[in-house]
Amino acid sequence: MATAQTRNLARTMMAPAVVLLFIWMIVPLVMTLWFSFQNYSLINPMMTGFAGLANYTYVISDPSFVQALINTLILVLGVLIITVIGGTFIALLLDQPIWGQGILRILVISPFFVMPPVAALIWKNGFMHADYGLISHLMRFVGLKPIDWFAQYPLLSVIIIVAWQWLPFATLILLTALQSLSEEQREAAEMDGANAVNRFWYIIMPHMSRAVTIVILIQTIFLLGIFAEIRVTTGGGPGFASTNIAFLVFRTGILSNDIGAGSAGGVVAVIIANIVAFFLMRAVGKNLDA
Amino acid sequence: MGSIALDHVNKSFGDVQVIPDITLDIKDGEFVVFVGPSGCGKSTLLRLIAGLEDTTSGHILLDGQDMTKAPPARRGLAMVFQSYALYPHMTVRDNIAFPLKMAKMPKEQIDAKVEYAARTLNLASYLDRRPRALSGGQRQRVAIGRAIVREPKAFLFDEPLSNLDAALRVNMRLEITELHQQLKTTMIYVTHDQVEAMTMADRIVVLNAGNVEQFGSPLDLYNKPANRFVAGFIGSPKMNFVDGAEAAKHQAHSIGVRPEHFTLSRTPTPGAWKGTVAVAELLGSDTFLHVNVDSFGLFTVRTGGEDTYKHGDDVYLTPEPTRIYKFGPDGKAL
Ligand SMILES: Nc1ncnc2c1ncn2[C@@H]1O[C@H](COP(=O)(O)OP(=O)(O)O)[C@@H](O)[C@H]1O
Ligand SMILES: [Mg+2]
Repeated sequence: MATAQTRNLARTMMAPAVVLLFIWMIVPLVMTLWFSFQNYSLINPMMTGFAGLANYTYVISDPSFVQALINTLILVLGVLIITVIGGTFIALLLDQPIWGQGILRILVISPFFVMPPVAALIWKNGFMHADYGLISHLMRFVGLKPIDWFAQYPLLSVIIIVAWQWLPFATLILLTALQSLSEEQREAAEMDGANAVNRFWYIIMPHMSRAVTIVILIQTIFLLGIFAEIRVTTGGGPGFASTNIAFLVFRTGILSNDIGAGSAGGVVAVIIANIVAFFLMRAVGKNLDA
Repeated sequence: MGSIALDHVNKSFGDVQVIPDITLDIKDGEFVVFVGPSGCGKSTLLRLIAGLEDTTSGHILLDGQDMTKAPPARRGLAMVFQSYALYPHMTVRDNIAFPLKMAKMPKEQIDAKVEYAARTLNLASYLDRRPRALSGGQRQRVAIGRAIVREPKAFLFDEPLSNLDAALRVNMRLEITELHQQLKTTMIYVTHDQVEAMTMADRIVVLNAGNVEQFGSPLDLYNKPANRFVAGFIGSPKMNFVDGAEAAKHQAHSIGVRPEHFTLSRTPTPGAWKGTVAVAELLGSDTFLHVNVDSFGLFTVRTGGEDTYKHGDDVYLTPEPTRIYKFGPDGKAL
């Protein structure tokens, strides 16, 4: 990209893709914005026209909105904590020279290839079902009373399912980081008298901080919009106990047929995501410099 | 105290035997250099002593104590790696302080030792920098600093200078030698560069394919090489070898003459080997002539910087009779 000619060429070649992507993004966004200022309810098709900020005040003043906001934060944080800590732990184990390492790694990675609704169904009916789930069987076997996961701990259940899905991703990234640590550095630390815990704390952790940052950033983006797992398992309930912002938009716009309010919720969700991204970048993004 | 003894040490990686059987005695305070061609097992031997590799059989004794199975931290040795192996996220100060911190030394004591090491190594003004912001020579010094603050029984260096440029290498060579004279601690230094070995060592171990070819002082190795391998490896430029009839005249399988042990003449001399100059390398102080000797092949000959031999000149070479090394069919010196 040194000369004016190559720069111009690059711009021209990129233009079609950029224009296409721009339209791809801008059309839905503009439509959402437009609907969010309209009276547009499928239940009441006669009521149309400009609504002003009514949709927004309706969404934000709704008590379930605050609960959904809190649920979103708990969901994101819970999954992040489980995947980062669990992922580090599994990565450390997988880094050990053991027999059958290759197969073990593939097995550990495999949950990532299961589609979210399928994963949720497996957990819902296979593991967490109150009557015939595997966990219930095990609890009965050791003489405990089985838990009705989705009724008693709806949000925790969703967190467990989502964490199970994202654990492989975190493990994979962290394992790669772990393996890029130079052998000589570990050996130097060993000779300097650092035991396993100190080596982990002073050498391995700082080395992995950048990978942890990447895991947090990427996962947060996806976790803010968790939907399928909730839809398949708890349906956001009981009440609003496991409804996050994304699912609230769905409940308002699709289940309650209020497109206007749903769109307003969507716009609010986009704004929240941007605020989170902003603070996240400030908090952990400095790890990515240089 | 820091005497190191290897007793019939053997090391194999799987089926590959890297070190067949080595027995060595290194005295307290000695500067010993392991030298040998690349891949001959120098690093492996050093790592065995450090405890970073397990021996396949044999024993390693430090100060007479069997440490064969002891983990690296318990052996009380410090190692300087070829890549320096500094901790990139720590400042120079924290890097040097790390082993002391691991030893749970009180903070004031650590600070004092780090300051002292930094002053000794000219690092005082870099203490708050990260390794990334240092030059190669400075990084090397930090690695050495990290080793000396621990006051180890012995230092192990694995080709510490091979990543530095030529001028810096000479400098650091002097600094390490000086450090040894100051500390009087046992040092084992691994290199493939025989000049480093000759200039730094009290005694040199010449390794070849995992075997000790000779263990002796630099001048011993130069004057009385035990075999053809050592004769060819020690000395720069390399010794010239002649086989066949000419060697048989000296009752040997092959004979060797160092480049510096020839008398040159432009006119035919009785008993001299006649050759033609292929390349003359003028260094100013010396001139190295690469001479095509009839029926022997290419010889390297050192002559004074004032000599004006050039490509195509005829030259008559007379080896100094007392400086002809004789070797038997097995390569052993006769
Ligand atoms: N971890 C290892 N596994 C298998 N072979 C090794 C290992 N480390 C070294 N070797 C082999 O041992 C031989 C000696 O290596 P090394 O001690 O590094 O040589 P040097 O330091 O003298 O260049 C080489 O042939 C190398 O391939
Ligand atoms: Mg080596």
